[in-house]
Amino acid sequence: MVKKLLPSLGEFKKFAILTPLLVIAEVILEIYIPFLMSKIIDVGIKNSDTNYILKIGALMILMALFSLLFGVLAGKFAATASVGFAKGLRKTLFEKIQMFSFANVDKFSTASLITRLTTDINHTQVAFQISIRMLVRAPIMLISATLMAYTINPRLCIIFLVAIPLLSAAFYLIGTKAFPLFKEMLKKYDGLNAMVQENLIGIRVVKAFVREDHENEKFRKAAEDVRLAQLKAEKLLVLNMPIMQFVMYGCMIAISWFGGNMIIRGAMETGELMSFISYVTQILVSLMMITMAFVIIIISRASMTRIVEVIDEEIDIKDNSSSEDPVIGDGSVVFENVNFSYSKNEDNLTLCDISFEIESGETIGIIGGTGSAKTTLVQLIPRLYDVLSGRILVGGHDVKEYRLDTLRNAVAMVLQKNVLFSGTIKENLKWGNENATDEEITEACKIAQAYDFIQSFPDGFDTQLGQGGVNLSGGQKQRLTIARALLKKPKILILDDSTSAVDTATDSKIREAFSQKISNTTTIIIAQRISSVCDADRIIVMDDGKIDAIGTHDELLATNSIYREVYESQQKGVA
Amino acid sequence: MAGPGSKHKPVARPRNAGKIIKRLLKYMSIYRFQLIIVGILIIISSFASVAGNYFLKPVINNYIVPFIGKENPDLSGLVSILILMGAIYLTGVLASYLYARIMVNISTGTLKKMRTDLFTHMESLPIKYFDTHTHGELMSRYTNDIDTLREMISQSLPNMFSSGLTIIGVFIMMLVLSPVLTVLVILMLVLMLNIIKFLGKKSGAYFQKQQRELGRLNGYIEEMIEGQKVVKVFSHEEKVLDQFGRLNDELAVASTNAHTFANILMPIMGNLSYLQYAITAAIGAIMAVNGAGIDLGTIASFLQFTRSFSHPITQMSQQLNSILSALAGAERIFEVLDEAPEKDDGCVELVRAQYNINGELIETESKDGIWAWKYPHDNGSITYIPVKGDVRFEDVTFGYEENKTVLKSISLYAKPGQKIAFVGSTGAGKTTITNLINRFYDVPDGKIRFDGININKIKKAHLRRSLSMVLQDTHLFTDTVMENIRYGRLDATDEEVIKAAKLANAHSFIKHLPEGYNTVLTADGANLSQGQRQLLAIARAAVADPPVLILDEATSSIDTRTEALIEKGMDTLMEGRTVFVIAHRLSTVRNSNAIMVLENGEIIERGDHDDLIAAKGKYYQLYTGMFELT
Repeated sequence: MVKKLLPSLGEFKKFAILTPLLVIAEVILEIYIPFLMSKIIDVGIKNSDTNYILKIGALMILMALFSLLFGVLAGKFAATASVGFAKGLRKTLFEKIQMFSFANVDKFSTASLITRLTTDINHTQVAFQISIRMLVRAPIMLISATLMAYTINPRLCIIFLVAIPLLSAAFYLIGTKAFPLFKEMLKKYDGLNAMVQENLIGIRVVKAFVREDHENEKFRKAAEDVRLAQLKAEKLLVLNMPIMQFVMYGCMIAISWFGGNMIIRGAMETGELMSFISYVTQILVSLMMITMAFVIIIISRASMTRIVEVIDEEIDIKDNSSSEDPVIGDGSVVFENVNFSYSKNEDNLTLCDISFEIESGETIGIIGGTGSAKTTLVQLIPRLYDVLSGRILVGGHDVKEYRLDTLRNAVAMVLQKNVLFSGTIKENLKWGNENATDEEITEACKIAQAYDFIQSFPDGFDTQLGQGGVNLSGGQKQRLTIARALLKKPKILILDDSTSAVDTATDSKIREAFSQKISNTTTIIIAQRISSVCDADRIIVMDDGKIDAIGTHDELLATNSIYREVYESQQKGVA
Repeated sequence: MAGPGSKHKPVARPRNAGKIIKRLLKYMSIYRFQLIIVGILIIISSFASVAGNYFLKPVINNYIVPFIGKENPDLSGLVSILILMGAIYLTGVLASYLYARIMVNISTGTLKKMRTDLFTHMESLPIKYFDTHTHGELMSRYTNDIDTLREMISQSLPNMFSSGLTIIGVFIMMLVLSPVLTVLVILMLVLMLNIIKFLGKKSGAYFQKQQRELGRLNGYIEEMIEGQKVVKVFSHEEKVLDQFGRLNDELAVASTNAHTFANILMPIMGNLSYLQYAITAAIGAIMAVNGAGIDLGTIASFLQFTRSFSHPITQMSQQLNSILSALAGAERIFEVLDEAPEKDDGCVELVRAQYNINGELIETESKDGIWAWKYPHDNGSITYIPVKGDVRFEDVTFGYEENKTVLKSISLYAKPGQKIAFVGSTGAGKTTITNLINRFYDVPDGKIRFDGININKIKKAHLRRSLSMVLQDTHLFTDTVMENIRYGRLDATDEEVIKAAKLANAHSFIKHLPEGYNTVLTADGANLSQGQRQLLAIARAAVADPPVLILDEATSSIDTRTEALIEKGMDTLMEGRTVFVIAHRLSTVRNSNAIMVLENGEIIERGDHDDLIAAKGKYYQLYTGMFELT
């Protein structure tokens, strides 16, 4: 897993390597300084040797200054490396997501992709910084302190042989027991938050049905569950500190006894005993730091797994990498025995055996109930998804023979869920063609019947849109997205229920403009309203993933029951 | 000490720390007794750890040194002092376990109380509050604010207390040993505190900058991931990557600065304490040699104390940040708790009633009784008025904000069993009218009467129980389909739920769900289509069986064919009820008894379908598609 994440370090690799080195230097000085401190007491003060004290004092100050320098640099480098790592990861992930096909995006869901790019990367950053700092510092501290203790008195070190395994075992046990409990608690906690979120969104429903007490009772139960889970987990964790103290105090008493006996026998100095004890403290504290670091890393492992999942995701639509990129001759579209399934499963087909031909410049309407796979059908044309079997030809070539951007530049699609981005109207329109002139923009907006309302805004084309175009009405948004697609000057234009919020009069004006201004463009229109498609050259009636009929309005009205039913449901009552 | 992540929050300072602390203590007052015990236990455990650090040397000097080099030394003194020390240590260990254990109780209990209070209070707030506060804002009370509070209660507070104790203890010991050297230590301390203050300020500013940049980047990520499909359709990947790269770089710069300052605090403080040690040793030694009234043993002990002085100070300075941000969090939580709940001075209740032999309406326990309003008069007598569903607006003027009227002197009536429709563009005030009927908002001007009773006199809960709403955005809860429909009336039987589902034409798709009625819906019913969710909402209203029904764009996401299919169900549902319908699709409102065309908060046309078509006014234009509804 780590192997897949580390390449994201990039140029910050040197900082990631320098940090541990500096930490090591800092720790060694830190270990050595107490040794000098005991010298000041044991030799300098004992012998009233001012010169010695000043000399050792100066040395100590010098070392402290160096240690300070190393420490500060290590801190800075650690920050640089871990922030750089996060930045690299974010970039890797975001680039990968940009390569995602629709199927890939569907698989992850937008919310989960956002979490991965934000929260999960933060957790990984924290874990990384701990790895290059705390996880270097603590073991080095442990080793050097053990070595120092060993040079003072090897025999007393036998105590460590008891203490360290004992403590490690205790920490390990607590850790392994507590970890699943914490996971359980976090799950309950997520559930609790989800409940709050639900109530926030549905507050009107709660109030309309007078269910406040019901919700309160539900919440109280969930909150109690969280409390109990938290209690259970933390009950274990609070054992850490007392156990640590117990072992440490045990060591001190044991050392005082055995060390005391050695001193009496002349095998040890009193000052040595004091130093020995301070090294013992350091050893045990390092041990605790190591466990804590591991706990944090283990917790962030889930985040790392989620990040790696994105990195590992197989892009299911591969761009044609060969040098051949045929020119798209015209706007003809051919479906040959196309089967399609979102789950890539033969038994769960969304589209079943679809075959039809559209000539360049034709206008095709598609009609059908919710779930009849109209959207799925048109999304296959710009290769937003790949067919399961059969093939689709655009301009005479299989869509897989084109490079993706060639294909998608020739096929403009206005999605059902139309998205505008924060920025000005003009900036949004230029998504269609970055180099569009003002004349071209005006022309496209006139065709889409958007020009007039844009002009009615005080800032015209420079009007700022909020995220998602919040300050526009549904119909206005739809007309802007149509204009945006027109600016691509596509060979094929697909409107997926894109005029549903536009009134019928404007809707027909748009279609009229299409037939006058862009008559060479193949136009495919999905609509709920019969009036949006009735004047198309041909209309495809979809039902449950199959083509039920193809024909003109009059033909279908005469022969197709679904079409007639839809027609009638919309005609009722019109005077 | 928690991981570095926990310190990376910007330090937001509470406006009135003292008041918040007081209130927090009052909040925790049920744990008063436990908190006192915790305090005592912390003192014991600190004492034990001080004993561990400072009394070892005298032990060595008194019980070991005298026996050096002696044959058959008498070690019984050493044994007993070590046993004594063991006992002190053990007490310390026990004390620190107990206090930590009790704190877990206190913190989990307090958090539960706080969460429940917050939630209960939130449920009682008026709709207006939710209009003016984003979900994210309220969510962060439950997540960020309560989290920092947990950190403070379970870690920072005990830590502060014991660090404070250690500092005071050590300080007293130093004063006793040598006031002169103590002054020196204090001077160094002032320097250290200033450095802490400086670094804190710097890092605080950088953290705020980081937070801002992070917000911008996350906002961009969110927008682009949401619009990912558009990005792909327009082959805009490269451009998006460019902009993303710029924001990512800016965040990295701010973030590196912020983390650097957080990282260097410890090494600076640690090494400064070494400097202090060396300087104190040198000056002490010079003083001793020059006979300034200080002996060597004192210096040795003094130095021991200086060593353990800086650690608790660094600890406290770190804890201070988390305490301040926890207090700021607590302040925000209390702000929510201080919000005034929905006002309700109604006295009229909705009860079951039946006619007695004299033809008078009396209250009954029976579930078969008819609904009636129980109207208590000032003189103590009670009148029962049968619920019919007669709703009248008399000259109602309303605005969500002052000076911004949404409805201008609206008068209308709906006789029992009538279907009244509202038509008009977004912002014309259609939904506002229905929001006034169930008192989501209160009317300052004019009156709304329900069966002749001013609705302000009806208890809100009872008023709402008499109305059922099907909203445009169907909200489903994480629960089974069965429970989601039952939400309309909690005591509905399974059979009644299924009957309602059949009525709404939802039965057939529910049966096809993996677990049928027991399928658990998740994340706001994301596994259902918009149309299916609306069918469930209609079933929910059907189960509630109220005298008045409000349908706010209830069928907007259902295609016309399906709508035709459920039309019969809807007709059955509406039968005998007063119905208010808001619809975008004019086919839905055609057969209403009266249609109100709203524009800018005023009713500009009213009448039934044929009247309005004949009038050739706005409705006619809308109907023939000459205007666009937005």
